[in-house]
Amino acid sequence: MNRHLISAADLSLDDALLILDTADELAQMSERPVKKLPTLRGRTVVNLFYEDSTRTRISFEAAAKRLSADVITFSAKGSSVAKGESLKDTALTLEAMGADAVVIRHSASGAPHRLAGWVRGSVVNAGDGTHEHPTQALLDAFTMRRRLGRLDGIRVTIVGDILHSRVARSNVLLLNTLGAEVTLVAPPTLLPVAIGSWPCSVCYDLDAALPKADVVMMLRVQQERMNAAYFPSVREYSRRYGLDAARMALLPEHGIVMHPGPMNRGVEIAAEVADSTRSTIVEQVANGVSVRMAVLYLLLSGSPEAERGEQQ
Amino acid sequence: MMHAADKLGIPPAKAVLEADEIRRALTRIAHEILERTNGADDVVLLGIPTRGVPLARRLAERLAQVEGRPVPAGSLDITMYRDDLRLRPARALGHTEVPASGIDDKVVVLVDDVLYSGRTVRAALDALGDLGRPRAVQLAVLVDRGHRELPIRADYVGKNLPTSQREVVRVLVTEIDDQDAVLLGDSPVSREGS
Repeated sequence: MNRHLISAADLSLDDALLILDTADELAQMSERPVKKLPTLRGRTVVNLFYEDSTRTRISFEAAAKRLSADVITFSAKGSSVAKGESLKDTALTLEAMGADAVVIRHSASGAPHRLAGWVRGSVVNAGDGTHEHPTQALLDAFTMRRRLGRLDGIRVTIVGDILHSRVARSNVLLLNTLGAEVTLVAPPTLLPVAIGSWPCSVCYDLDAALPKADVVMMLRVQQERMNAAYFPSVREYSRRYGLDAARMALLPEHGIVMHPGPMNRGVEIAAEVADSTRSTIVEQVANGVSVRMAVLYLLLSGSPEAERGEQQ
Repeated sequence: MMHAADKLGIPPAKAVLEADEIRRALTRIAHEILERTNGADDVVLLGIPTRGVPLARRLAERLAQVEGRPVPAGSLDITMYRDDLRLRPARALGHTEVPASGIDDKVVVLVDDVLYSGRTVRAALDALGDLGRPRAVQLAVLVDRGHRELPIRADYVGKNLPTSQREVVRVLVTEIDDQDAVLLGDSPVSREGS
């Protein structure tokens, strides 16, 4: 495995399966009386959050703490960033504090990549702009595998604001590595220009895509990133691309509904769908901790020197 | 567990235990367990992956045969508790499966293939502490090859095997390796097993 986790494309099939299998073992731990392992004692994990986040930040924090790492959480609000400190200067500060891993969320695509060049520790991308969110893709794949029993050959339909979604890009890349077939469904205005080069197919009609989908993943319309009108009205978007109970009935019997959160109930997903037994939304959050523990364990527990020796 | 031998595929020179001897050693250990625990009433067998797990299952079968009721067996992965994690690349986890009866107030018998430095057993004791509070913990090993680095000893030993630290002991079990044997050979690499 690479020293950093910046893109889902960095993961080979073996890496991805190793993470999922490790997460499977770690998931057992949440049922134990002592939910803590001594594995990363004495290691420091810095959560560097330049963008608001609830579940990802808490999830990484819980994962690092369950592995006994020391966790320093840094959010841009109320820090020197508000005084104008650059990412590089912040990185050098972290370096001086001896961070073994930096988990970074940033509104600029590519920020984790730059950071990886400045610090000695491992960099984990917790979402950068509209680029990638690899641990979300891993926890989505983990959830699919638990519900459906396999990933190879399953059909996944991702619906909504693909253009602004780092979750969609990471999922397409990872699911392609894992052998799943991905179909994107969105209004043409919400698809990236280079969509033809992505390893997936595209469809504009949700009703046509649903009957053959094992998984349907609804994405939030990211109003905060929109600088133009991408669709006439929220109501029209919801009518054409929202998942309500009638549409959910089109799914095959074993089909599941996913959402990375936060949800806009009534826009991309109806409340009754979000709360149905087919929805894995709460499971996804729980699985997130196991998957992030697996990632931190695999990135941090070994030594880089031994890694090199092993490859010789 | 002899990771080095597995990885490098060194064919160790001679078999020090054959299938029949392993079978007899396990049967003897099973009877010793019954004797020491007064009929294995509260006994839970936990094998340490990889090869301790099938050995624990075989012991459980023998105990069940003699006592006429099932004896719970499971597995206990100790990877996350190892003290040498920083010395080697991150490794895949083994499977932990604690029998439904739990381990609180039970007599846990840890089962491993080879007892060497004692560090694996130390890690296993830590792992057990996070799972519950057994009444007592005992240790059964197929081979004790000496060279302890910690104050740990086994309660039940299949065979005491005097070795030099340069040698590699490799246990093969039918469930994983398609044959039962304990092999002893020379290793060109530094010590690895535990």
